[in-house]
Amino acid sequence: MDRTAIVLIEMLSSISTLVIIAIGLAIIFGMMRVINIAHGEFIMLGGYIGVIATQRWGVNFWISILVIAPLVVGLFGVLVERLVIRRLYGRMVDTLLATWGLSLAMIGGVTMIFGNTIEGVSAPFGGVRIGAFSVSGYRLFLILVAVALLLGVLAVLRYTKAGLIARGAMQNPRMAAALGIDPDRVYMATFGVGAALSGLAGGLLAPLTGVIPTMGAAFIAQAFITVIGGGAAIVTGTGLAATLFGSVAKLVEFVSTPVIGDAALLFVALFVLRLLPQGITGRFFRRAS
Amino acid sequence: MLLEVSGLRAGYGNVPVLRGIDFAVKEREFVGILGHNGMGKSTLLNTLMGRIRATDGVVRFKGADVTRIGAHRRSTLGMGLVPQGREIFPNLSVMENLLIARATRRGDPNGVIEEALEDFPRLKRLLDRRGGALSGGEQQLLALARCLCADPKLILLDEPTEGIQPSIIEEIVDTLHAVKKRRELAIVLVEQNLDFIAALAERVLIIQRGVLTREIPPSALADADTVSEFVGFAH
Repeated sequence: MDRTAIVLIEMLSSISTLVIIAIGLAIIFGMMRVINIAHGEFIMLGGYIGVIATQRWGVNFWISILVIAPLVVGLFGVLVERLVIRRLYGRMVDTLLATWGLSLAMIGGVTMIFGNTIEGVSAPFGGVRIGAFSVSGYRLFLILVAVALLLGVLAVLRYTKAGLIARGAMQNPRMAAALGIDPDRVYMATFGVGAALSGLAGGLLAPLTGVIPTMGAAFIAQAFITVIGGGAAIVTGTGLAATLFGSVAKLVEFVSTPVIGDAALLFVALFVLRLLPQGITGRFFRRAS
Repeated sequence: MLLEVSGLRAGYGNVPVLRGIDFAVKEREFVGILGHNGMGKSTLLNTLMGRIRATDGVVRFKGADVTRIGAHRRSTLGMGLVPQGREIFPNLSVMENLLIARATRRGDPNGVIEEALEDFPRLKRLLDRRGGALSGGEQQLLALARCLCADPKLILLDEPTEGIQPSIIEEIVDTLHAVKKRRELAIVLVEQNLDFIAALAERVLIIQRGVLTREIPPSALADADTVSEFVGFAH
């Protein structure tokens, strides 16, 4: 009984990690079709800012990871969009190369400033006992955050004026412009929001993973696989793909090792994309957002 | 004058399409522009709206030079476009397609949308449908209603009869007459459907190879020989 509960919590935890690292990319790649190879480094930057603000500037932990990290990375994203991405819309290969360069520059820059060592901040909440086992309270908190993130992004897209403008401008920027919407500004803001969510991901995960300049590489593949596996309905798709990939990876990990669990994730992703090349929501749940 | 166009040139890359367009539209006037495929009709409307950059010439709207400003600012000033192919947002619902036309405008959108739905009652039972799931005729009505929701003074109407069943074409003619009168709109219509343009336009301009070659009264459209002489149509 306790063991079942633990397996379940571990699965939810694995799913929530995928959701948290993928949600920013779901907006930048899923919605805007910008291949941001620097997505992992946006997460890394968020992590660093969360840790540095807490450890060196003495800012409250929650304000550091929930406010400062997304805010700074969001502004950084706006800057990147204005200087680089804006000139490359619709040119996928060029975007890929440019953001790859950005990713290398960010790793180099952070290494230069903070050095190539792991920095960390301890996770709050401590452990929660479940029978003979103990689980991290912070992991339980992240499960709630992942749910809140999915519902929040879904609600903004579906029920707010900004969400309507973003969806319309992404579907047909020329028509949106003829209705009074400035697509240039919408792209800038949307990229900024995607970057901010990536920064938030970094801040949220920093207590679990610690931060190191090269940490982005650990997230980038899983984030892209989750968003691509999800398909056109970015929020529902990211949620469904994260659930499928996260559960399979964790279950396989339980009966074998974490490495085989990660391999199982990639294998399921291959299988899903072979059967559903448009992603899960390319075939099912097509009316979702 | 509501709209004044002089010496307007535009094209795609190095290929010139408009080669010096001059015309003007008064307030509450309905001007038809007739021409073959490939003569520059859509390019003209897209350039007037700011979706294609003018390479030369001047577009004035309400007296202000708008030649270099973006489409979104022209929309805010009171220009509206119903583009060729309708360009309905396929993944937005019918209601959202109307709402988005109010998204950057002040005030409560509901009154404006209700008024537009009174003009196009057929849309009322479709509000929850995806725009992409509508028939061509329904999409055309939606594109017109959406344009009206942005509260324009001038509507640029690009071949609204293309691929539409005749019953809806008649409905569009009746609605446009009523709407134009009540809302005091000016309309520039480009078409190759002679009956449609004759039923609506107060004067008709002929476009040939990117230049407006002459003006004819709508009544002249009834005589197929005259028209084919002017336009080169074989009817």
